[in-house]
Amino acid sequence: MSEAAVAANSPAEGMDGLVDDWSADKQAYHVPWGKAMMWLFLVSDTFIFSCFLVGYLNVRMTTTEPWPVQSEIFALSFGGAPIPLILIAIMTFVLITSSGTMAMAVNYGYRRDKTKTFWLICATALFGAMFVGMQVFEWSKLIGDEGVRPWGNPFGAAQFGSIFFMVTGFHGLHVTCGVIYLMWVALRVKRGYYDDKGFEIVEIAGLYWHFVDLVWVFIFAFFYLL
Amino acid sequence: MAYVPLADQDKEMEMHHPHSWVEKYVWSQDHKVIAIQYGSIAVFTGIIGLTLSVLFRLQLGFPESVDFIDPNFYYQAVTMHGMIMVVYFLTALFLGGFGNYMIPLMCGARDMVFPFMNMLSVWTFLLSVIILMASFFVGGGPTGAGWTLYPPQTAMEGTPGHDMGIVLMLISLAVFIVATTMGGLNYAVTVLQYRCRGLTMMRLPLTVWGIFVATILALFAFPALLVAAIMMLFDTLLGTSFFMPAVIEAGAPLDHNGGSPLLFQHLFWFFGHPEVYIVALPAFGLVSDVLSTHARKNIFGYRMMVWAIIAIGGLSFIVWAHHMYVSGMHPYFGFFFATTTLIIAVPTALKVYNWVLTLWEGDIRLNAPMYFAIGFIFTFIHGGLTGLFLGNVVIDLPLSDTYFVIAHFHMVMGVSPILVLFAAIYHWYPLMSGRMFHEGLAKAHFWLTFLGAYAIYLPMHYLGFLGVPRRYYQIGATDFIPASAQDLNASITIAAIFVAVAQLLFFVNIIWSLKYGKKAEKNPWGSASLEWQTPDLPPKHGNWGDELPTVYRWAYDYSVPGAHEDFIPQNTPETVEPTVDEEHFDPDQDASKADI
Repeated sequence: MSEAAVAANSPAEGMDGLVDDWSADKQAYHVPWGKAMMWLFLVSDTFIFSCFLVGYLNVRMTTTEPWPVQSEIFALSFGGAPIPLILIAIMTFVLITSSGTMAMAVNYGYRRDKTKTFWLICATALFGAMFVGMQVFEWSKLIGDEGVRPWGNPFGAAQFGSIFFMVTGFHGLHVTCGVIYLMWVALRVKRGYYDDKGFEIVEIAGLYWHFVDLVWVFIFAFFYLL
Repeated sequence: MAYVPLADQDKEMEMHHPHSWVEKYVWSQDHKVIAIQYGSIAVFTGIIGLTLSVLFRLQLGFPESVDFIDPNFYYQAVTMHGMIMVVYFLTALFLGGFGNYMIPLMCGARDMVFPFMNMLSVWTFLLSVIILMASFFVGGGPTGAGWTLYPPQTAMEGTPGHDMGIVLMLISLAVFIVATTMGGLNYAVTVLQYRCRGLTMMRLPLTVWGIFVATILALFAFPALLVAAIMMLFDTLLGTSFFMPAVIEAGAPLDHNGGSPLLFQHLFWFFGHPEVYIVALPAFGLVSDVLSTHARKNIFGYRMMVWAIIAIGGLSFIVWAHHMYVSGMHPYFGFFFATTTLIIAVPTALKVYNWVLTLWEGDIRLNAPMYFAIGFIFTFIHGGLTGLFLGNVVIDLPLSDTYFVIAHFHMVMGVSPILVLFAAIYHWYPLMSGRMFHEGLAKAHFWLTFLGAYAIYLPMHYLGFLGVPRRYYQIGATDFIPASAQDLNASITIAAIFVAVAQLLFFVNIIWSLKYGKKAEKNPWGSASLEWQTPDLPPKHGNWGDELPTVYRWAYDYSVPGAHEDFIPQNTPETVEPTVDEEHFDPDQDASKADI
């Protein structure tokens, strides 16, 4: 193929590329249907989490009771001295790591290395499951030991418990669904279901997974640091 | 789920071929069957909404004449009427019904990109309707908090359905949002990624543009309602206080403290205002195509029509607080939201001008769909102008919560979209059924509906000026409302009953015509757009036979000078030389038209 032909086939850069995409027939973007749909879904989901976070900031302003000091509530004691936010730090580390393994899975998927892809997706799902497990531990500690309930808690404003359980629960649900989704994709990768169809599905699942990670970064900042 | 690689997606499209009657008509993955299913469920709920409106109109027109309409029933009826009509009827019929039917056909596609998910969407929608209807049969009945479901009223003892009714309503809404999201992702991706050869975005019919942008709005606006519904469910079931401030009811404080009712209003209207355009934009699109086809003239200013749809869609996200002027807000915010609200009138007015200019010097064929489409222009201008009044803070404050508001939004998002629905159903009826409807019945239906709607809503503006408040079970004796207001109310009720009964003409017409209607010839209206160019009428599963169509032009080549017929279908190749009809050729006229 000559250089000119390559240039004609490769998408243009910047503004010209945008115009090319939107003025094309058949499809606006050179992406598979599933990927376009995942992107749209994620933007929609962004609106959900944004509304949750805006709601959180709003009730934190309107409530008449003082807001609890999160760094004390979320501290864990190892050998006597409480370390603030240690569990959350570990959870965040685990989730960010899972994003790394996911990115590697996508890479090996496009290289059609099914074994490595399979195991890397499994590792990602395992990290996700670990994250949910630690969330279960965190919740049971809050509910069992500290007496935090959705409708009230001993530390201050009742809305602290309500919004905390609601938003981290909603995020935990996303992670749980993600783990199931990843396992499903991993099994199909292993069985060779995508041999003919191509391995874009790994990237699509990865998009979802990175999104769930990104949301966690915001939840982490808003709930534990603010 | 069908996953298709990038290369030549249309050839790899995994078609689900039905093997039995049940697979073909019940668990169908054909977008056309799903569209009919969506539409039928929506129309069924719409009939319930209509019946409820007649019942509470009876109370308003002839107070306490019907035994079982007590204040509780009245509030439940107005609440359910509002929610059913806005969400379960109009949204579902436009997006689920027309979106499903029109998008693949107008895009030259075989089906939606993910037919299985499309099927899930319709059954999830049915589930949400069942949950909603279940609230009629639980203890306490459905919620009577008004369709906006404002807290803390929803949770107060005095509100009917404050326990089970509201819970079922919220769950039903959440399920509906799941259904809409599954459907909406499909519609949007189909428009973006599954158009046929030659079909660029700027060659799409305005129907597709309207539904496409409305779908995007739905995907971004419904999340706010979902979040509001989840938080309110927590308030109701778990005793949290997201929306519940400290309230004293019957002398005793409720078990809530520190929540923000205003937060609910913001979330609700952040959904609620785009929702108006989720209903309106598909209507704009459909009516543009009906007008252009029956006026035998291209739509005036196609590009501007597209940009107007996009602009309205974008602006609709920054006007929501104009529903909340009386809730109290900083004057600067009132200024901001009044400004954005009035700006949205610019692209909307542009569309109206373009519809009128499309009719200008057109070869108008006054078929029944055209009656409804022209009727829409009247009701929409009318409802739009009252919107300009209400968009201003100082005028809105005295008119808020009066019948003026009811008249405004029923004109602009009740009557107008429904006239378009009728126009669209009649217009595409031959395509969907392969038969023609009865023209005379349809025209009678139009006149009764159109004049009846004015008999209902025109007097309501006046009631609003008098200061008659909305949502009241009974006006009673007041100093500022003259007794004659009651006579007006009675006349409105009589008109409402007439209009409701007149809809029987529509149902009789479309059901009778299914069997006894004249067999439709192919492309009976002489339409240029792609959906009429299928090899079969009505189109079969897969739509296009062996080969997908190729598009060479936009959807509005009507009365092109020198062409064989007064329309050129979108899939007619450019290479066909237009032959000039020597006898009727008028060089002056054609030269002037070519300049335009």
